[in-house]
Amino acid sequence: MDASLPAHMRPERSFQGFILALQRFWAEQGCVILQPYDMEMGAGTFHPATTLRALGPKPWNAAYVQPSRRPKDGRYGENPNRMQHYYQFQVIMKPSPPNLQELYLKSLAAIGIDSAVHDIRFVEDDWESPTLGAWGLGWECWCDGMEVSQFTYFQQVAGFECAPVAGELTYGLERLAMYVQGVDRVYDLNFNGREGDAKVTYGDVFLQAEREYSRHNFEVADTAMLFEQFKMAEAACQKYLDAGWREGGNSKQHLMALPAYDQCIKASHVFNLLDARGVISVTERQSYILRVRELAKACGEAWIHTEAGGAA
Amino acid sequence: MPDLLLELFSEEIPARMQAKAADDLRRMVTDKLVAEGLVYEGAKAFATPRRLALTVHGIPARQPDLKTERRGPKVGAPDAAVQGFLKATGLKSLDEAKIQRDPKGDFYIGLIEKPGRDAIDVLAEILPVIIRTFPWPKSMRWGARSGKPGSLNWVRPLHAITATFGLETEEPDVVKFSVDGIESGQTTYGHRFLAPAAINVRRFEDYEAKLLDAKVVLDPERRKDAILTDAKQLAFAQGFELVEDQNLLDEVAGLVEWPVVLMGSFEQEFLATPGEVIRATIRNNQKCFVVSDPKTGELANKFILVANIEATDGGATIVAGNERVIRARLSDAKFFYETDLKTKLEDRLPKFEQIVFHKALGSQAERIERIERLAAEIAPLVGADVAKSRRAARLAKADLLTEVVGEFPEVQGLTGKYYALAQGEDPSVAAACEEHYKPQGPADRVPSDPVSVAVALADKIDTLVGFWIIDEKPTGSKDPYALRRAALGVIRLILQNSLRIKITSLLPIASLAYLIWGFRPPSGYPRAGYMEIIGEREDESGRVDVTGGPWHELPYKAYLNFDGFVDEFGELAGVGELGVAVEDEEEAAAHKAFAELRERVSRMDAIPNVFALDSDELWSEGLVQFYSARKYDARLWNGAAAFVEATLIPFFADRLKAQLREQGARHDLVDAVFALGGQDDLLMIVRRVEALGKFLDSDDGRNLLAGTKRASNILSIEEKKDKRAYDGAPDPALMMEEIERHLWRTIQSTVADAKTHVAAEDFESAMESLSTLRSAVDAFFDKVRVNDDDPKVRENRLKLLNEIRSATRAVADFSKIQD
Repeated sequence: MDASLPAHMRPERSFQGFILALQRFWAEQGCVILQPYDMEMGAGTFHPATTLRALGPKPWNAAYVQPSRRPKDGRYGENPNRMQHYYQFQVIMKPSPPNLQELYLKSLAAIGIDSAVHDIRFVEDDWESPTLGAWGLGWECWCDGMEVSQFTYFQQVAGFECAPVAGELTYGLERLAMYVQGVDRVYDLNFNGREGDAKVTYGDVFLQAEREYSRHNFEVADTAMLFEQFKMAEAACQKYLDAGWREGGNSKQHLMALPAYDQCIKASHVFNLLDARGVISVTERQSYILRVRELAKACGEAWIHTEAGGAA
Repeated sequence: MPDLLLELFSEEIPARMQAKAADDLRRMVTDKLVAEGLVYEGAKAFATPRRLALTVHGIPARQPDLKTERRGPKVGAPDAAVQGFLKATGLKSLDEAKIQRDPKGDFYIGLIEKPGRDAIDVLAEILPVIIRTFPWPKSMRWGARSGKPGSLNWVRPLHAITATFGLETEEPDVVKFSVDGIESGQTTYGHRFLAPAAINVRRFEDYEAKLLDAKVVLDPERRKDAILTDAKQLAFAQGFELVEDQNLLDEVAGLVEWPVVLMGSFEQEFLATPGEVIRATIRNNQKCFVVSDPKTGELANKFILVANIEATDGGATIVAGNERVIRARLSDAKFFYETDLKTKLEDRLPKFEQIVFHKALGSQAERIERIERLAAEIAPLVGADVAKSRRAARLAKADLLTEVVGEFPEVQGLTGKYYALAQGEDPSVAAACEEHYKPQGPADRVPSDPVSVAVALADKIDTLVGFWIIDEKPTGSKDPYALRRAALGVIRLILQNSLRIKITSLLPIASLAYLIWGFRPPSGYPRAGYMEIIGEREDESGRVDVTGGPWHELPYKAYLNFDGFVDEFGELAGVGELGVAVEDEEEAAAHKAFAELRERVSRMDAIPNVFALDSDELWSEGLVQFYSARKYDARLWNGAAAFVEATLIPFFADRLKAQLREQGARHDLVDAVFALGGQDDLLMIVRRVEALGKFLDSDDGRNLLAGTKRASNILSIEEKKDKRAYDGAPDPALMMEEIERHLWRTIQSTVADAKTHVAAEDFESAMESLSTLRSAVDAFFDKVRVNDDDPKVRENRLKLLNEIRSATRAVADFSKIQD
């Protein structure tokens, strides 16, 4: 931890200071620090900087905060740590460096978690995303019995083998910050590190939104529109994919993988909303997941024929 | 002799894989050594979260030399043949070869000596192969090399390989090899946090000691011992008792290299939640142990955690952190439990209509209807109250839909019992919610409350019959629906409660129940499932014909084919494939067959009528009687019952044999009883086997068995010789000797006696009656020559032998009994 920081910027005092400390740490490891992707998504993994950039041979190191929307997890602001909107901090390094575990532990030190007094453990957890056609092996990282991060070596994404393999770290920011700040209710987190009148809490920023979105997600979201949006996103994705292929010399090229993938993200989020509204039956659920996966796979196929995803 | 030390140092290996991996490593290396002629003295393997280690001691320094002889060309053979021989054997000239003489002439013999290689070179060759082919249940690629094909797969990234070989007295050598860029050496690392520095190791003894200094306990057994001892002591010191948990101990020992046992606590108020739920929460989510109060046996508000570090603050932060998480988990569990209590179990039942039990066997709601019906019919047979059994069957599965069971599947049943008690159900009904799952395995307790027994039997028989009707029987090692366990459960329930239940008598009820609740077409598609079978179709010639559909598939086949109307290839007997246009000469027959099928399907379709469901008569009359009395076609469900019976009863016989064998009964005696046929009263089978065992332990029994076998042997020889069977009653007029006549009279009276006793289920007396047969049989063989010169007398005596054989069949088939 940087001792020169002013009190209100220290990660154990301030949620934003906490995020900045992580960004700074990973910037120093050579990651590009991206800003959140401008679309609704269920997890940081959906960001094209992870899903698509994990494919193909080119090195890629990035870190970013991604707001994650899980409509079903909304609790109208009444649960101390479940929310339909929260932040993930995501790191992706391709190829996975040999000292990724050490880097991760150092990042914990940078946010005030000292391995001399905290019991940090790597507990088996195999990661799989049926919607992304992706899987990897790794751990959930425990700090004193609490799961604070996911650590995954991607083996496959969008149905394609990762070559080379990327290492992915996902930090549950609110949960970690709650632990470091010593609060039991997420809305009590000190957001800006100030005290007294100047103090802004996580609740000040997000509590109203949690209540409003829970109502929206569970009760009001327009399902007819959402069903339509799903179909439209699916059709648009396929249309952009079809339009993007070019025959160049003896190799195929794709010129529109990213816009197509946006529609895949869109379809996935719309599906999550429909699911929260309870209008998708158990059997239909599987078929929607498969439809999104087909889009993800087709986008992956396109991506590895682009400049950033391709061989040369 | 030299020793090998091998260590594979990696990122954290999943706890559940460590023990098998250590074992695989030992087995693979030692097998390979032996195959290479290197017979070792001993080997031991270890695992921690970050390393697999192996020591093999007493390996010969060199492989033994191998000498082989190779036969060459004849003396004086052409030069080309000689040159070829020299090349193949490596000899410089023919002077080095021997000459051997045999009947075909003189031949050159080359002696080839293949010198043994140094063991260290052999190891350098086999170890990389073992590493590359190591059987991890799941493995992965990593790092820059994973971009290229052929990169190493390991359970998690592999970082270092230590491999040394040498004598105890000398500085050992490194077994030099490399795998995917990792060079073998003699450097490993200590505990990730407490002593991360590199360590130089020579051989196993200093390796294990240096690791211990570097805060790594290599041997998982030592870690387990340490955890268990410390945990017990810590609990004891505070006046508590550790609730031991071997599986958890195994897992926790695989999560730490340096176990440090600490105790934490949680608020007393959480103890209002059932102890099993608390334990499941703390165990599954946090991998911590619970402790109990030795005075009451109840859980205490404490837990024991195993950390991986000696913290500089004595563990205060770690305990506080774990307490925080456990508090949150327990408050979730408490919330789930309290939420569950707000909904009555019966109010959860409608949801089961949406939940599929198995795609061919209908919904969970239908399954519950069937189990309720079966339980009602079984109840009087086991002395259970019918109303309570029905109530228990209705509620027994409801806890599957509760939050607590959703979160902790292992407390299913038990949770149902708590909720049933909480809503004021009869204690037997509540107990059955838990106990109807029992017995789960050969060691599990068998319930004795009649209500639990009725529901447990109903549940298991319903499952068995359903999967038998759709022909998803267990095969080999595959038994995804745990049907063997279900059958063994039925057996144990019957035997331990001394129940008189003929399983075959339940099969028509269960088969009919599936016809009513289970195979009905899905709601919203009225009659589709059946109508599909007998739909109509226009073929190329424009002729409208009856179509196929899945009529010849299970489950339809089981019901529709009660008389073999459909042969095993799914064709109507004698007609040809359904749905294919038929030739003129067959047309009439085909249409007749189709008409019959149509008739059967419509009868099947007529059965699932909803009106029956709430009828009082249905419950008072019994399912089969109710439907039979209303003129539904009993051939359908009796057909299915017969279809099931043909293979289910032998399946039970196998399970019973296995069970009896386990209890020490002779399996040949079990076979001897089953060979009588028609044996489906499990309790009587077992009684018979017991009596038979006792009888055969007596002199009379042994001698009678010998006499019977002798009779059988003579008979089978003569029957084979004469190519005929000697059955039929012997003729007293042809009996020349008094001994013959005496034997015949004894047989007749013995068989009559034995049958009377068997009818009275007194098998011991039946055996006793048989024992009177012994002296008559012995005397017959002593004094009478079977193969008399007069063919008529001979035939009559052979018939008499046949009677001896069949007399014993009153109690068992003696031919199946081994001497």
